Amino acid sequence: MKKVQLVESPYIIRKAQVVRVRQLTEMEKFFEITLKDGRPLDFEPGQFVVVTLPGIGEAPISICSSPTKRRSFDLVVRRVGSVTDALHKLEAGDKIGIRGPFGKGFPLLKLEGNDLLIIGGGLGLVPLRSMIHFVLDNRRNYGSVTILLGCKTPKDLLFADELQTWSKRVDVNLSCTVDRGDPEWKGHLGLITSLIPKISIDPERIYALVVGPPVMYKFVIIELKKKNIPEERIYLSLERQMRCGLGKCGHCQIGVLYCCQDGPVFSLAALKNNHEAL
Amino acid sequence: MQYVAIGKERFSQFIEILAHSKPVYAPVSKGFDNYVFERVSSADKIALQYIPTILPPKKYFLPPRETIINFDLKRNCYEGVLEFESMYLFGVHTCDLAGIQYLDIVLSDKPKDINYISRKGKIFIIGLECNQYCDEYASCALMNNHLPNGGYDLFFTDLGDAFIVHVHTERGESLVKKTGLFSEAGAAILKKLEALREQKKRIFSNEVNIRRDKLAGLFESGYNSPVWNDLDRRCVACGNCTNVCPTCYCFDILEDISFDGTEGSRIRMWDSCQNEGFAKIASGENFRKARGDRQRHRYRRKFLYSFQKYGRYSCTGCGRCTRSCMAKISLKETINALASEQEEKNEKSATG
Repeated sequence: MKKVQLVESPYIIRKAQVVRVRQLTEMEKFFEITLKDGRPLDFEPGQFVVVTLPGIGEAPISICSSPTKRRSFDLVVRRVGSVTDALHKLEAGDKIGIRGPFGKGFPLLKLEGNDLLIIGGGLGLVPLRSMIHFVLDNRRNYGSVTILLGCKTPKDLLFADELQTWSKRVDVNLSCTVDRGDPEWKGHLGLITSLIPKISIDPERIYALVVGPPVMYKFVIIELKKKNIPEERIYLSLERQMRCGLGKCGHCQIGVLYCCQDGPVFSLAALKNNHEAL
Repeated sequence: MQYVAIGKERFSQFIEILAHSKPVYAPVSKGFDNYVFERVSSADKIALQYIPTILPPKKYFLPPRETIINFDLKRNCYEGVLEFESMYLFGVHTCDLAGIQYLDIVLSDKPKDINYISRKGKIFIIGLECNQYCDEYASCALMNNHLPNGGYDLFFTDLGDAFIVHVHTERGESLVKKTGLFSEAGAAILKKLEALREQKKRIFSNEVNIRRDKLAGLFESGYNSPVWNDLDRRCVACGNCTNVCPTCYCFDILEDISFDGTEGSRIRMWDSCQNEGFAKIASGENFRKARGDRQRHRYRRKFLYSFQKYGRYSCTGCGRCTRSCMAKISLKETINALASEQEEKNEKSATG
């Protein structure tokens, strides 16, 4: 057996560096990353990268900054396994590897000129933050922007400072709800589905972008359908075990689709008749 | 020069010439009707009549364990790796040729699997015809893989005293010329080949109670069939069926690191969709938790998803999954059970 260097290997990493770290919640940490070659990461909101730590492993992570921010990009990592554990120990200046971006993000060209209904549950805000920043940076190009967010308790709320800023903007309608409040919480109580009936929408102008835990989709879709939003105008980002990012290893397969290449963002119409999607 | 012939008495010389320039891998008997592809140095080791080997030749194209990256953290160095071996692969049956052809298609689909593509070019493929039906587990006729459909450089058919050899590629032709052991195939031997193929069409029959072109629809409509509950009870999730499958290519990516943690490699290893954690995500949710769900996924990959995506089935009909199943789950029985069930449903809807 011969071994040679393979320059065009798809498993080659791009060298990168952590420039800023911030603890968001007990479980989630925020990382700002720059690529060593100085070039911007060319991506679209909704895509993900594979973060690699040689000797420890790789983990697929959603990008949570907007491509309009060119010099660096942001990731939020929940500590759930060996790779994310190791990531949580990193500090500014530490080296990491990046593969990607991979997959298909939100359909930016379709969204332009339309109203947006952005619905995020829990960690779902992470990829949506990329989209929200992108929309706010190009605010003129969109109609009304409604953001509905939900999480378990006020402590789990990500980017509370940014939510505060968004809620004050005249060009954004933001509502937040938590399953269980605490004495300081003054916002809504209840599941995210309870926020949907209250909003008024034009089903022919709206695109709904929904990201949340697997269990959330079924119930949110029921509410969106009550509002007569067509399936072609509902976009979801699905979570699966993504290993290679190249549509080969098989772990992220959803019926005929590979989440890492065909998704992670799918229109609800594209998932029709796919038994394994939702 | 489409067909040439080589006398049996010259066959050992042919293998010798090959082995002199590159390693030759061929089917070898291990007793009890078990065969494996392994390195041979002479023709007498080769099993010219064999039933499908324990592992298909995919092990040379997509090794069970392969280094893809080497890293050295002290030097901050990180590079892609290709492992390959230039070889002659002799004696590949038509079912396994179909398996390699399928891997070629999926792994060339973009983004390409450069490791696979670079390696396959180094492998010279010599096919070998099955003159007899191998055993009750095979369904190569159903999958239309009982006769050669390309995918080789040379293809040997044993016709008693001599082999007739189909020359399919330029490098096949240059090997034939280089050895000087082959002669032009005459009319008599060509006629013998034609007679064999005619006879094969009679003995290799459709092995299940449904036509090939109906298979994708069968697995599409049979999603909620009780057949999967039956497999759920029987399957032990050992992963034999996927390891021995010539078209299964799923893998995992793992780290292999030195004791001092400063250098190592990233490897990829065969994985199986039958393993419990295969489709589990970080939050703990498992998208194919039940064994029946995972078996259904395996079958749908062979008969539905490949058909939707690439217009072909990825079952080659080699029968290995059935042969190696500890729980005696049979591919043909599964197809037959689904087909009977569908027929019953159709009858009911026709009468009622």
